[in-house]
Amino acid sequence: MSLLNIRNLSLSIHGTPILKDVSFSIEEGQIHGLIGESGSGKSMTAYAAMQLLPYGSVCSGEITLNGRDVLNSSESELCQMRGNHVGMVFQEPMTALNPVQTIGQQVAETILIHEPDTSRTEATTRAAQALARCELPQDRFPLSRYPFEMSGGQKQRVVIAMAIALQPKLLIADEPTTALDVTTQAQILTLLERLVREDGMGMLLITHDLAVVSDVADHITIMRRGEVVEAAPTAQLFAELKHPYTQALFKASTHQPERDDQTHDTPLLSVRNVIRDYALPRKALFAPQEYFRALKGVSFDLHHGESLGLVGESGCGKSTLTHAILGLEETQGGTIELDGQPVFTNHKPNRAVRRRMQVVFQDPYSSFNPRHKVARLVAEPFHLHDNPPTGSAREDAVAHALTAVGLSPDDANKYIHEFSGGQRQRIAIARALILRPDLILLDEAVSALDVSIRAQILDLLAELSDTLNLSYLFISHDLSVVRSITDRVLVMKAGEIVEQGETEAVFTNPQHSYTKALIDAAPTLPKGPRHAA
Amino acid sequence: MLRFALLRLRSLLLALFVASLVIFAMIELVPGDPASFMLGINAREDTINALREELGLNLPVWQRYTSWVGGMLTGDFGTSYTYRTPVTEILIERLWVSLPLAIYALTLTILIAFPAGIYAASKRGSLTDLTVMGATQLGVAVPNFWFAMLAVLVFAISLRWFPSGGFPGWDAGLYPALRALTLPAIALALPQASILTRIMRSSLLDTLSEDYIRTARAKGLTRGQALRRHALRNALVPVLTIIGLQFSFLLAGAIIIENVFFLPGLGRLVFQAISQRDLIVVESVVMLLVFAVILVNFLVELTYGFVDPQLRRGR
Repeated sequence: MSLLNIRNLSLSIHGTPILKDVSFSIEEGQIHGLIGESGSGKSMTAYAAMQLLPYGSVCSGEITLNGRDVLNSSESELCQMRGNHVGMVFQEPMTALNPVQTIGQQVAETILIHEPDTSRTEATTRAAQALARCELPQDRFPLSRYPFEMSGGQKQRVVIAMAIALQPKLLIADEPTTALDVTTQAQILTLLERLVREDGMGMLLITHDLAVVSDVADHITIMRRGEVVEAAPTAQLFAELKHPYTQALFKASTHQPERDDQTHDTPLLSVRNVIRDYALPRKALFAPQEYFRALKGVSFDLHHGESLGLVGESGCGKSTLTHAILGLEETQGGTIELDGQPVFTNHKPNRAVRRRMQVVFQDPYSSFNPRHKVARLVAEPFHLHDNPPTGSAREDAVAHALTAVGLSPDDANKYIHEFSGGQRQRIAIARALILRPDLILLDEAVSALDVSIRAQILDLLAELSDTLNLSYLFISHDLSVVRSITDRVLVMKAGEIVEQGETEAVFTNPQHSYTKALIDAAPTLPKGPRHAA
Repeated sequence: MLRFALLRLRSLLLALFVASLVIFAMIELVPGDPASFMLGINAREDTINALREELGLNLPVWQRYTSWVGGMLTGDFGTSYTYRTPVTEILIERLWVSLPLAIYALTLTILIAFPAGIYAASKRGSLTDLTVMGATQLGVAVPNFWFAMLAVLVFAISLRWFPSGGFPGWDAGLYPALRALTLPAIALALPQASILTRIMRSSLLDTLSEDYIRTARAKGLTRGQALRRHALRNALVPVLTIIGLQFSFLLAGAIIIENVFFLPGLGRLVFQAISQRDLIVVESVVMLLVFAVILVNFLVELTYGFVDPQLRRGR
């Protein structure tokens, strides 16, 4: 009998159908990948199995876990099941832990809740063992640590330790590595795989990233709009790609936008020995001021018409560099010039230079003011002009920018909440285009998007660069995206550029050990079907 | 924790210093001569001069400031012009009414607000939640003197459980004194409890939607366990801030209630001192209240340190 058996599961929340007739099963010791884009219902399937659904949810169908009928269990039976027979790991390790309790307390709580007779000392010892299994040994990570004293990857290990402390039969991991850097992602996936194999657990691994599951999962189920579209053992699924949606997903994941090469040799942006120091909080009342050097003498050129990639893990100084180039923060050394004009003059940002550069940020949901209409949002950069266009000239500019990104001029009168994530990112690009800049900084601009939307946005960026002769500085932690859209790439680590060169050359023949580590850690998709390739 | 406390103490002292400068400057900068202002327009020249001499107004500004601050540091707030007694004595006498009243009212506030707020949050959307929310809406909207008058009508005049006003003094014994303070404390507490209930409820609801509550539920905690063990402490920070503000308000802002119940508290003292133009008393009471507010905020910030380990470790 299967460990987890879901039969004809349907779910609606406040009357809105979320899941339709979902069926699949997980055997003991099996890693089952559940793939889908946002809104496909993959997370809700997991929450249904745990019965941790939001208020107003109605389930029908059948879920059996380890022989227990989940949908007909009482709340106290469910509490007894959660954490004991099934553990869960979440996407966002930064917020998944209680900030005011130590990691030891939080792991021990799983044990104490289910085995109330256990003494506190014994629970603590077992918590230490669980943490050690998750590669957080007590001598380096004492139980008295608080979550804020740990990195994202370490916090995720604590969450995993809580989930496996009682050696449950099933582990549900909901996008466990999406918020993490590539090298950390690889470590966490290895850890999860090891724990599953050691304890003979079943694991439901939910992700939007085909490449992540292709390495570890035994079996894959693909969902779209609340329904299962395809399910097969991993090797077979990638070899056959039966369903058109699976094919589309696979194509979008490996999408390569078509671009003309129109790079000139003249530098557009020239960054020389840039240094950026941040003041640290004083250690004592009258201690001397100390600084953290976020950029340690960064130098590079970006040529006219070029698409330049900047990769590196979180905390390496990518965002600091973006802020410095945009003139949002003053640097403590070095020069940044656009076409020979400095970004900062006399401790003030140079507006004439500023309006030739625009930026698109990662999060299409929080980077717009929800109270403004699209017309106002898109026209915002005009404040950089001394005499901004008004009246119909302004309307024309907005309409033109919206048309350029594939939206309709009528969209100018809508509010931002009326648009999907991909459309919002188009609006963000329209906002960047309106001043007809020479350079656009794309700060993780496609990282929050689903693969199919991401492919469309990448195509749009390639097309705009060709028609408007735009240059891009493409900042991302996602190596495959950088590889697909840039001519040259910079690899950044701890405030320094450790390697730079032609993108293909760097990816096929990395010179620096850090670049090699990054490329090795990045999950890769299998080649795909023999006949379709 | 010690470093955190010392840093807070430093800002406390700085705030007190700035406050003393501002209060001193206000009295200095008001147009006209403080002595003739205190004595009114019909005062004789030699009386004014005598008062100027007594107040030390003939000395240079910095000397007056240092002797004022120096006096306060040694517990000497000067002599009241209208009462002809040392201000320190008056303040202590009044504080013995106002401070217990404020503490009494705040205790009632917390005793009402915590259970009501927690209960409403845990039963969100239920009839109980709606009832609690409706009641607090009313509590916030109705002014406290109206509650005071109703309480006097019901509990003092009809039922005769409590006196309708006045204060027998602590010499009369603990019970009569507390009895005299009960109705004023309730009248003060009802609006404050309504505010605090709403803050407690919304802060808890915010915390309950945090990811770590979901983590706790996935570990097998019941809804109630997750609320008690994980949500409550995290929800306390905004609640503590409000409690700090409320205490300062209750200490200084009870003027109307003190008048309704004829209580000889600080609020009435300021009121009387202002109408009698007794600048020395006004200056001293204001400084005392500023001190109380800053001190309470300091204590609230120290409790943040207990609630939030990140502050404690000085990050």
